[in-house]
Order: sequence, then C-alpha cells, then structure tokens
Amino acid sequence: MIRNPKDLTRYTPQERVNHWLGGICFILLALSGLAFFHPAFWPLTQLFGGGVWARILHPFIGVLMAGSFLSLFLRFRSLNVMTPADKEWLSRAGEMLDGKDHNLPEQGKYNGGQKLMFWALAIGMLLLLITGIVLWRAYFNLPVDVVRFAAVIHAAAAAVLIAVVMVHIYAAIWVKGTMRAMWYGTVTRAWAKQHHRAWYRQVTGK
Amino acid sequence: MALQSLDIKQRSATTTATPSVRQTVEVAKLIDVTTCIGCKACQAACMEWNDIRDEIGTCSGVYDNPTDLTENSWTVMRFAEVEEAGKLEWLIRKDGCMHCADPGCLKACPSPGAIIQYSNGIVDFHEENCIGCGYCITGCPFNVPRISKKDGKAYKCTLCSDRVAVGQAPACVKACPTGALHFGAKEDMQDYAASRIIDLKSRGYDQAGLYDPPGVGGTHVMYVLHHADRPGLYSGLPKDPSISPLVSLWKGFAKPLATVAMAAVALGSLFHYVTKGPNEVSKQLEDELEKEDAP
Repeated sequence: MIRNPKDLTRYTPQERVNHWLGGICFILLALSGLAFFHPAFWPLTQLFGGGVWARILHPFIGVLMAGSFLSLFLRFRSLNVMTPADKEWLSRAGEMLDGKDHNLPEQGKYNGGQKLMFWALAIGMLLLLITGIVLWRAYFNLPVDVVRFAAVIHAAAAAVLIAVVMVHIYAAIWVKGTMRAMWYGTVTRAWAKQHHRAWYRQVTGK
Repeated sequence: MALQSLDIKQRSATTTATPSVRQTVEVAKLIDVTTCIGCKACQAACMEWNDIRDEIGTCSGVYDNPTDLTENSWTVMRFAEVEEAGKLEWLIRKDGCMHCADPGCLKACPSPGAIIQYSNGIVDFHEENCIGCGYCITGCPFNVPRISKKDGKAYKCTLCSDRVAVGQAPACVKACPTGALHFGAKEDMQDYAASRIIDLKSRGYDQAGLYDPPGVGGTHVMYVLHHADRPGLYSGLPKDPSISPLVSLWKGFAKPLATVAMAAVALGSLFHYVTKGPNEVSKQLEDELEKEDAP
C-alpha cells in the first residue's frame, strides 16, 4: 500500500539496483582493501574467508564495481553538470552544515555537494581501476616502478573515496526522508520542495 | 620460545614489539665474486637441500641457466662479459636474496607473520601465511621474490634458516668448491673480506671492495667485488639500493595518516549529528502541501 500516491519518484528500480550493486561492491572493496593497507584492519580478511580469499576476490569485485559505476555514471552524468548556482551553494556549504539551509540558492535534482561527490567518485574510480589493474599480480606483471607508483595512487584514491562515501552515507542519514529514495524510489513533495526546489518545480510543474 | 637461533626481530604487518630480550649473533654469507668459477654447485646444492626443481628450460646462448630467479630457483649465477682496460673480464655473480637489515619486502607485506626477520639477520618467508599479493616484489630493492604459479605464494632464498638454526652453514656454502662462499658471524665475514680486498688491491684491483649497502641498513649476504665502485657491471647489481621512497610513503607515513583521516570523517559525522541534530523536513511545508491537497 502506498502511503501517499502524490509522492514523487526520484529513482527508478533500475537506478536503485545499479546504485546498490555499486554500493555493495564498494563496501566489500573498502573492507578487504583496508585489510591490505594497515595491520589494524587485517582481521577484516576473516569476512572474506581469510587473507588469500580476500586477495583473490578484491580485484574481481573491483572490476564489477568499475562496471556498475560506469553504468551509474552514464545515467547521472548530465544531471551533475556544475552550474554557477552550484558554485554559490558550495561557497555557502557552511550554512548547510549548520542546518540553516532555507536561504541557500534553489537546487535542482542534485545540489553542489552531491555533484562534487559525483565527480570525485568518477575521478577516484578511474584511478582505482587503472592502478588496480597494475597491482593485479595474478594476471599482470608490470615494471616495479610503475607498480610502486600505482600502489601509492591506489591507496590515496581509496582513502579519499572511503571518506567521500562516509560523507555520502552520513548525508543520507542526516537529511531525513532521503534514504527512502534509494530504498524504494520515492520522496515526499515537502522533502523535494525543501531540499531540491528547482527539481520539485520541474517534476510537479508548480 | 623455540630455538634461540630463530628469535624474531621483525614480523610483517605487526605493530607491536617482538620478543627481543636475547641478543644473538648476526650472521652473514660472503660471496667472493673474485674467486667464483661459475660452476653452479651452489645452485645444485640449493635445489638438493630445499627440494626444489625448476622446469627444464632452453639454452639462451649464454651460461645463465636458468636465466632468472624463479620460485624454484632461489639462487642463480649471472654471467657478465665486461671489457676492462683492454682485458675481457668474466664477472660471475651468484644472485639471490640479500637478507637486508631493513627489508623492503617485510615493510610492504600486509599479512602478519608472512615475512620474518630473525635476530640473526635472516629474512624468511613463511609461505603458510603468504596471501600471494606480491607486495614483497613491490618492496624489494633487488628484484628477488617470485610468486609461484602453482600455489600463488612468494618464494626466495631462506639463507637455509633451517640449517643455520642448528649451527650448519647454508647448503650453497657447503657445496662451493673454490671457497668463494663463506658463512659465519657478520663481523667475521667483514674481517675476512677486508683481507681479501687487501690481496685484490695488491694485484691491481684498486677499486676492490665489500658490497654491504648502507641504504638498506647493510645486508646479510655480502659480495667481495673487484670493481666495488661499479657494482652495475655485475649484471646490474644496484649501486646504492634502498627501499623506494614510494614504498616508504605507501607503507609508512600514509598508513597512520589515512587511517586517522578516515576515522576523523566518521567521528566528525557522528558528532555533527549529535551536536546539530537531524535535518528534518519542515512541518510548515508539509502543512502547506496538505492544505493545497484539501478539496
């Protein structure tokens, strides 16, 4: 039973499946990757059936994530083009963090922060994919200097993306009424009007 | 504790101290390149003692056989033909793990206890803990470890840690017919090398010297070279090897930095919620929309 038929559709089932496929891959990759990065995280390999399994699975899950992110990228790319309004929003992101977002410029489907995250993910994913292939010893054996450089870039890009995704998850928890958009696809009109007014006007014609 | 000779000095991916009360003697293998005849008895002895057999390869037109270290060939003779002062010199170097005091493999290894440095200086791979990631290859300044295609584990010279543990010299040293290989306390090996260098200098090798590179804290396999000023002549022995700064960054500074940064973002998010509260949909907006809906 739908609580309110007037709720707005924010994500299609295909978009949600695509998002979660990428999300699950990301979490599995972060857990196994951290285990290889710092001994403090080594026990996480137990989640994968031990160190050897974590080492075997990590790159395959990585290829899956690259594929699902590419699909997600193609879906949302045009909605994430930065505009002057986004830049103004970003320069005043402090107000947003302070919880006083009513005076901020009107936002479309995505605000400046979300767009920034989108592009950070796109660049980070590309770096992780390229360097990840270089590090994949089971199938590739590249010059050691290239591998060393790739190891540093892979670790740095991963650390930045883990932080970015933690902010992404927190934002969804913090802004009430957001999570349902990715669970079952809809948001309330009031949520849309408050957080993404330009998008609200566009979809409701008001 | 097990054998005193197997006391552990460093353990891969371990952040706490290892038992280090007992002081044991540092050992070293000395390879006197100037008295080596390239017979490969050391290679054969290594295969025998360690029960490893490489695949039969093909002749590549030179004496190097096999042509490179493999998971089954932990030591190989490398033959270099060099012209020095109008004379042909055949520089033969027994290649293999150098057992660095500051081992790049151990620094890079993510698996606790897969790489062990004993207090006697031997750096040993414990394959039962190896996950096959190849980080040891990335960390090694000498290009020594090899991953087996058969089991996905990394292998290299153990300096016969099993023999050394019970007071025996490594198998290669035992087999050398010319006395080019020596084994004992590192200090004794340095003393013996010094006497060899004096002899070599008296024979006109002005640049003779000991290869014990300080960039990796010294090694527990050392070479006496006729041309110590140009180790590259010996099939590319690195002149001043050290752990790559990229590896030091990746497995040094970056580890705590990234961990703290990620933890800060997670904690920052939590405390943001606790201090600012949730960002709720305004009741006023909801009421307005409800009014619009009312017939």
